[in-house]
Amino acid sequence: MIQVRNLVKKYGDFTAVDDISFDVGQGEIFAFLGPNGAGKTTTIKMLTTLLKPTSGAVELDGLNPAVEHTEARKRFGIVFQDPSLDDELTAWENLDLHCILYKVPRKVRKERMERLLRLFELWDRRDDPVKQFSGGMKRRLEIARGLLHTPKILFLDEPTLGLDPQTRNHLWTHVQKLNQEEKVTVFLTTHYMEEADRVAQRIAIIDHGKIVAQGSPQELKASTNSETLEQAFLALTGSTIREEVPGSVDRMRQMTRMWRGNRR
Amino acid sequence: MNAIYVLWIRQLKRYVRSRARIVGSLGQPLLFLVALGFGFGPVFEKAGQGNYIQFLAPGVIGMTILFSAVFSGIELIWDRQFGFLKETMVAPVPRIAIMIGRTCGGATVALAQGLIVVAICYAAGFRSNNLASLPFALVFMALIALMFTAFGTAIASVLSDFQAFQLVMNFLIMPMFFLSGALFPLFGVPRALQIVAAVNPFAYGVDGMRAALIGGTAHFGAAVDLAVLGGITAALLGLGSYLFSRIQL
Repeated sequence: MIQVRNLVKKYGDFTAVDDISFDVGQGEIFAFLGPNGAGKTTTIKMLTTLLKPTSGAVELDGLNPAVEHTEARKRFGIVFQDPSLDDELTAWENLDLHCILYKVPRKVRKERMERLLRLFELWDRRDDPVKQFSGGMKRRLEIARGLLHTPKILFLDEPTLGLDPQTRNHLWTHVQKLNQEEKVTVFLTTHYMEEADRVAQRIAIIDHGKIVAQGSPQELKASTNSETLEQAFLALTGSTIREEVPGSVDRMRQMTRMWRGNRR
Repeated sequence: MNAIYVLWIRQLKRYVRSRARIVGSLGQPLLFLVALGFGFGPVFEKAGQGNYIQFLAPGVIGMTILFSAVFSGIELIWDRQFGFLKETMVAPVPRIAIMIGRTCGGATVALAQGLIVVAICYAAGFRSNNLASLPFALVFMALIALMFTAFGTAIASVLSDFQAFQLVMNFLIMPMFFLSGALFPLFGVPRALQIVAAVNPFAYGVDGMRAALIGGTAHFGAAVDLAVLGGITAALLGLGSYLFSRIQL
């Protein structure tokens, strides 16, 4: 379903993704793990047409996302790592907008929106503007939105960041159900190793832009003589904490917070 | 088609809901109208140029549309920083449709702001000499709105933060406004200023609006205004679409 060959992304001198190759089979749940700044999100961006690779080949369901954008975009759904909701619109309007962009048939639209809003316990707040939501609620809405249309491939970029265990549980149960019933291929990243251990059939570990290990959770644990996936992960990537350069987005958010704070 | 509509309506909803923005953006035109209109009125009249409010109103209406439109286009930076742009960019919709939806939405908002200022101008004593040509004035207003929203979108497609926006405002939009003949007649000003106005697209917008609203005082001529505005709007829409389609996140 996803084929990646010698994928490279360079920003000037810095190589964010350094010659990686992997395959994700049809109907597989594939976890892409790595420390902060390892190149996970950059890879997802290249897979989802947001970024052009410096070199290398990507195929999504036989399509090249760098060339056949619109066709490729029909194949996948994505839950982003950082927020991508419109704060001024209500929860319902955000979902409705998504349905229209993704051409979800009018007949099933309402029913699906209601089901997902209830699943993520946002139904009572559906007519409130998103700017009044807490961080966790926004996250839940974002996930609900990503599941509105049933894509062939579902990308989940750290979907559980900042969620409580209940919601995480709901999310993974739902994702597994989609995977089993609708044969949706799932490509996920997370920092919670026990989650990856629970849901993923195959795992690739990326560090400094390179894939350092690939295999099933059992294989990774066996190859590193570890009991848990977390230990295997640390054995493979070392225990140094990674520095991340704050991007313009972070600076921007900080500025807005200051500005909004002053006005109030 | 639905995608264009839904993105258009989104801009309108955002506009209607942010009352602070509506009220805030009316402060500036009001100030110009009161301070310049009433302040310079007597001098203008003594110089034999007639009622200054009559002359100034089209300029102030144009200014409102110009600033709102550029700002609407620039909102793209906002959407990029706060993530909503990603949601539209991965959707199975051609980028040109996204660009058209956004631009039409922004232009509609700018036009609405302009119409509110028309009402304010009427309250301040402005009277159109020729009500029949009001639809014609609307065409000019819509063209200014569309042209500068496309311009803002084109700029925002290349810039990624707001610091650079300040640069654009101070070195492009402000001069465009002040050197356009919105505040003073272009007859008899130094030649250099006339040349600057002649290459300033906004000058044609103000001139066309003035011709339609109060008649008989077009500097370039209404037909020329229409042709220039139409041409530049089309070119900017094309450029905006091209730059927008190349955005990487």
